[in-house]
Amino acid sequence: MSFATELRCRECHRSYPLQALHACEFCFGPLEVQYDYDALRRHVSRRRIEAGPPSLWRYRDFLPCDADAAIDIGAGFTPLIHAKNLGKVLGLPQLYLKNDTVNPTWSFKDRVVAVAATRARELGFQKLACASTGNLANSVSAHAAAAGMEAIVFIPADLEEGKIVGSSIYGPTLVKVRGNYDAVNRLCAELAGAYNWAFVNVNVRPYYSEGSKTLGFEVAEQLGWRAPDHCVVPIASGSLFIKIRKGLNELARVGLIDEPRTRMSGAQAAGCSPVATAWAERSMNFRPQKPNTIAKSLAIGNPADGYYALVQLRDTNGDCGSVTDDEIVEGMKLLAETEGIFAETAGGVTIASLKQLVERGSIHPDELVVAFITGAGFKTIDAVAGRLKPALEIDASLESFERAYGALAHTGVA
Amino acid sequence: MAVKRVRFTFPEELIREPVIYRLGHEFRVITNIRMADVDEHTGWVILELEGDPDEIERSLRWAEAQGVRVDPITGDVVEG
Repeated sequence: MSFATELRCRECHRSYPLQALHACEFCFGPLEVQYDYDALRRHVSRRRIEAGPPSLWRYRDFLPCDADAAIDIGAGFTPLIHAKNLGKVLGLPQLYLKNDTVNPTWSFKDRVVAVAATRARELGFQKLACASTGNLANSVSAHAAAAGMEAIVFIPADLEEGKIVGSSIYGPTLVKVRGNYDAVNRLCAELAGAYNWAFVNVNVRPYYSEGSKTLGFEVAEQLGWRAPDHCVVPIASGSLFIKIRKGLNELARVGLIDEPRTRMSGAQAAGCSPVATAWAERSMNFRPQKPNTIAKSLAIGNPADGYYALVQLRDTNGDCGSVTDDEIVEGMKLLAETEGIFAETAGGVTIASLKQLVERGSIHPDELVVAFITGAGFKTIDAVAGRLKPALEIDASLESFERAYGALAHTGVA
Repeated sequence: MAVKRVRFTFPEELIREPVIYRLGHEFRVITNIRMADVDEHTGWVILELEGDPDEIERSLRWAEAQGVRVDPITGDVVEG
C-alpha cells in the first residue's frame, strides 16, 4: 500500500494521475508525487520504521509504490559515520559522512532506480531504460536483471571499457551512441518519447527522484531522529539536492522529527558548474554549460532541477562550492587518508567543496554537518592513478626490504 | 506534421535579435512560445515547433548556427 495520491505540477499545481508522466501539459513544469500526509501521520511511527528492513524499504510508507512488490537488491540504509579525523582537519567537530559508496552497485543511484523500477513494473512496463555514462547504467542494469525486466542502456560510444563492464555484466542491451554529448542527449530525449519504455529519469522521473528522499530519512534516523544543521550535497541534475530536504520536511510533517532548519549547500565541479556559477552571480537563471571535468557523474550541463536547486540554496541560506579537477583529486585523497573511504570523483567534489565552504566561512564550526558521499572510488580510478604514493619495490629478501623501508624512514615518510 | 518542444537559451549578443521570428520566416515551421524568461543579459524560451520533422530539425540546426543553445525541455537526459 502506498500513501501517494497524485502527481502535481510544481509550478502551476495542476493535478495528474499517478502514471508515467513527468511534465505538466500546460506549463511544462516538473511533476512531483503528493501523499496523504494526514493518513501517513496516523500510520507511521519511529518504532514502525526501526522495525523495518535494513534497506531503503524501511521507509516504504513514504514511497510512491507498493513495497510488497519491491525490486529489492539491498539499496539504502548505508552508514552514517562521525568523521572525527576529517572533522579535525576541517575544524568541524560535528562532521558526519553519509557513505553511499556501499550500495549494491556502489552508488546512490540504487535508491532512485529501486523506486523507479518498482513503480515501472507496477505500471506494466517490461523495459527499463536510461542514458548514462556510469552509475545510473550500472544500477538500471542490475535492477532490471533482478526484476526479470529487459534493460536498454544508452551510452556514449567513446565510454571507457572499464565503465561498460559494470553494466554489461548484468546482461542489458547496451547501445553505444556515436556523436557528441549534446547529440546523445537529444537522441535519448526523443527515444523516451517515442517508445513505450520506462525511461527511469524521464517518463518515470517523479517516482525515480523520490528515492533520493531516503537519504534524508536515514540521516535523521541515524542522528537519533533529528535533522542536521547543514547538509553538503553534490549537484548534478539537482534532484538529489532538493529531495534530501523533502525527506527531512516530510518527517517533520508527520511528526517524527522537529521542524528542520537545515541549511542546504551544494557542491559542483568548476568544469560543470551551471548552478554554482548562477549562484555566484546571484542569478536564479542558470546558463547551460558544456561539461569538462573529471567528475563525470556530475557532468550535467543543463540540469533539470537547476532552478529549484538555486531556490533551495536561497531559501535555506546555503552556499555552493565550485572546485577544480586538482582540488577534486585532493578531496578524494583527503577523504581516503582521514576516514578510510575511497569515493569516486563526485565524493572529491563534495569534500573539496566542504573545505572551500568552511574556508569561506559559510559553514560554522558549531554546526552538525552531513556531507553526502554518493559513489565508490573504484569507478573512477583513472582520476587518481599516478597521483598517489608509489609502492616500494624490493627483492624477496629481508635485507632488500630493510634497505627500501629504511630509506623511506630516513626521508621521514614511513 | 510533428510537434517538438525545445528550450532555447540565448547568449547576451543575441538577446536583441528576433531569432524566433526569423526562424518562422525562413522555415515552414509554426513557432509557439510557451514559457520564457529574458532579461538584458541572457534568456531562455520554451518553444513548441510544429511542422515536417525534417524541416523542424533544419530549423533547429539553423538556430544553433546563429548561436542559440538548443536543449530538450527535460534537461540533460544522460546522467552519470
